[in-house]
Amino acid sequence: MTLTEAQQLGYINAQAADGRINVELETDDGMVLNMGPQHPATHGTLRLVARLDGEQVTSADVMCGYMHRGYEKLCEVRSYPQVTTLVNRIDWLGSFANEVPFILAAEQLMEVEAPPRAMWIRTILFELSRIANVSLFIGDLALQLGAQTPAFYAFRDREFVLNQIESVTGGRFHPNFDRIGGLKDDLPKGWIAETKAAMVRLRGFCDEMEGLVYGNEIFQTRTRGVGIIPAHVAQSYGLSGANLRGSGVDWDLRRDANVGLAYDQLDWKVWTHPDGDSYSRCWVRLQEVREATKIVDQLCDGLPGGGIMAKVPRIIKVPEGEAYIATENPLGAMGYYVVSKGDTGPFRVKIRSASFNNISVASWLLRGVYVPDIITILASLYFILGDIDR
Amino acid sequence: MPKPKIPGLFTGMRITFGELIKTLFPRRGILTLIPAPSKGAVTVQYPHESESPAPRARGVIALKEENCTVCMLCSRSCPDWCIYIEGHKTKAPPRRPGGKERTVSALDRFDIDYALCMYCGICVEVCPFDALFWSPEYEYSEPRLADLLHDMDRLAEWMETVPDFEPYEAGSNAKVRKVPR
Amino acid sequence: MDGLLFGLELSYWQASLLRVLGVLVAVILPAGGFVYVFLFKMMSFMQSRLGPMEAGPYGSIQLLAEVGKFLQKEDIVPERADRRLFFLAPYIVLASTFLLLVVMPFGPDAYFANLDTGIFLALGLSSVSVIGVLIAGWASANKYSLIGGLRAAGQLIAYELPLVLAVVGVVIQAGTLNLQGIVAAQHQGEIFGFAGIGNPFVLTQLVGFFVFLIATQAELTQPPFDMPVAESEIVTGYITEYSGLRFLLFFIGEFATAGAFAAIAATLFLGGWAVPFVELDDNVMNVAGPLVLFGKMMLVGFLIFWVRFTFPRFREDQLQAFAWKYLIPISLVNILATMVLKVAF
Repeated sequence: MTLTEAQQLGYINAQAADGRINVELETDDGMVLNMGPQHPATHGTLRLVARLDGEQVTSADVMCGYMHRGYEKLCEVRSYPQVTTLVNRIDWLGSFANEVPFILAAEQLMEVEAPPRAMWIRTILFELSRIANVSLFIGDLALQLGAQTPAFYAFRDREFVLNQIESVTGGRFHPNFDRIGGLKDDLPKGWIAETKAAMVRLRGFCDEMEGLVYGNEIFQTRTRGVGIIPAHVAQSYGLSGANLRGSGVDWDLRRDANVGLAYDQLDWKVWTHPDGDSYSRCWVRLQEVREATKIVDQLCDGLPGGGIMAKVPRIIKVPEGEAYIATENPLGAMGYYVVSKGDTGPFRVKIRSASFNNISVASWLLRGVYVPDIITILASLYFILGDIDR
Repeated sequence: MPKPKIPGLFTGMRITFGELIKTLFPRRGILTLIPAPSKGAVTVQYPHESESPAPRARGVIALKEENCTVCMLCSRSCPDWCIYIEGHKTKAPPRRPGGKERTVSALDRFDIDYALCMYCGICVEVCPFDALFWSPEYEYSEPRLADLLHDMDRLAEWMETVPDFEPYEAGSNAKVRKVPR
Repeated sequence: MDGLLFGLELSYWQASLLRVLGVLVAVILPAGGFVYVFLFKMMSFMQSRLGPMEAGPYGSIQLLAEVGKFLQKEDIVPERADRRLFFLAPYIVLASTFLLLVVMPFGPDAYFANLDTGIFLALGLSSVSVIGVLIAGWASANKYSLIGGLRAAGQLIAYELPLVLAVVGVVIQAGTLNLQGIVAAQHQGEIFGFAGIGNPFVLTQLVGFFVFLIATQAELTQPPFDMPVAESEIVTGYITEYSGLRFLLFFIGEFATAGAFAAIAATLFLGGWAVPFVELDDNVMNVAGPLVLFGKMMLVGFLIFWVRFTFPRFREDQLQAFAWKYLIPISLVNILATMVLKVAF
């Protein structure tokens, strides 16, 4: 008597429940390796279920959601200043960058424009958060690949940026500084000079990383030719930021979207790399940090005087309407879709986070690679779990 | 003849060796060769030495009780609802003889639960009467979570650690506020 | 020690007991020294930080504190693990480390056994640890351990060959497999006729020295060859399921093996316990020899750990390609050149 497929599965499951056979080894797809929510390599609580054939991955499923904190629901029951506090914590490494698109969307609904000094200081802090975020990425990248020392240099030199953010906003990691109509407070005395000195240190850091990590032949052997994303695939998956520019697509919202930040008045360059492999993505990020230090220097030199807050009522009620603003955050393109019904708080906020789209290409990318390449690819894609799961 | 290219491996080793030397021998001048790693490393050996944060650093919130009129604005605007305020109204004598009696609010209870506090500063910002201030004080950890609920007296103690507001950078037309002492 | 120690006549069992105690000291002390100087302090200074400073003056007792911490931990054994093999694995790895030092000379009369097949035995014994690693990987009932163990098997076997071939060059130049004889050959050799400081083989066998160091790095599973223990991918590989005392055995074993290989490298290439202007059979060297050897071990250890803290790790297919396609041909050419030059001069 032959067994039906359902009966076969029933027997296998019963034997597996007994503990007599390992059901995973019975399947044809290979050994299932669960790089679970707790793992040193997955930047947080990301779960990767990979099927391995020896050391080669046959398929990989990315499962996120272990860090879902319900941001969009939380935003529905809070006022605009309270939402600003909350969204700091989405991408916690470059946290000022999270506030900017939200505040810009709210300002667009209120039809109020922040004064030029406020816009320039916003841009300075935006670029500082980019430097803080991406310099940690470079250190973390080396750590994922096995070099323990560059991570410490990254943390050490990043302190200068965090100190600057702290001396103006009061918080190193969660500035909570942007307000509808401008900023909370102005710069303290001596801040511009200190920031320019910090930028000199950061440029030295970039040179050090180039010598220690990027010039290292072992690093290049690990990253060149690994995880190649062709340009059309990158665009179809909705990648943004350095993942897109590392595949040769010249798209940068700082230049292409006109949201009021001071980029159009500065002289800066968008870096792209034609290769599309892990090395090019990492290389683009290093150049972006260098470019960000130059942008901050120009901003510090040309800072206009004046006030930092437009005339807004004390209790802010944003008129009815919808607005979507996306900016080039350190991780990619982050957008906020704010729906307002005339209250002190938003009616609905939809957060388009960069890492969610960035990680979606992982299962396509991880087919046929070796297990160590999983780490290289995930490290070069660079996501923050708070950004994926919100 | 072109300069031979040093393989990246050796450049990397030179950088780490350079950092080793920088940490071990940070002194310049006559004392250069005496190792002083405590000085060369970036580590701040807490609790033997401690860092002083920026004046604007958000360490703890201090309360100036005399200025508080129990308007409840801070408590309402807290994203975590971690401020607990209770007050009552008393009658105060009229300002000039023969006038009406004034109603004055008195603060009974002003607790901030620092276990919930997000250190966002909205309460300090919205207070219309200059009763709440930021202080960079950070050494107030407690062994028990429930002990992090600090009352009026403790908050008033922290007023002494509140620094004066700093002057602003050139080009700003903001006015420097004063901390009421 | 043929029954004589400081002029005392010892019976065989007393001499054996002293040998056992001596090898314990010879393994544990350098391991502790390596851990403190290189892992706690040198790594920290390279990373602009201070390392442990609280336990003892400048953190010198930190290792003792860690030993105490590991000893009092719960002994967790995975449910599906093969218990006997799981318990056995760390001891196999440690056994090969202790046995490595049997042939190591510390002075003219300070050795545990003076075997004519000295270095040959040492290299053979160092391969025993591969079995321990494989057992640890399979017996842990953990997929990460399995991957780590299999990677280790491939890597450790692949890099045995450059290790042995680099030593062959030294043996040809010294003319003997006996480690005391190799020390003597270096001490009494001449550099272009100048007999003052002897002829440490690092000068003539420079290629062999580097091949030996690279192969040592791989045998110790240190970065850039630490695929078996790749911390960011497979969570310490074959050691994942070990905790408490068993992990301590692996940890100390790793540094003790580093010390043992550094001692072998110092003996083969840097002149061992001998010092240039002191005669070989001088009795002072029985006391000063171990110290001199320890100093040279620290030098070699510095190189090993400097490379360890600087470089990222190879992928294992790149690792294997590096061994088979580059290191082995280079060491074969080295042997050829040594043979030709030995006959010619």
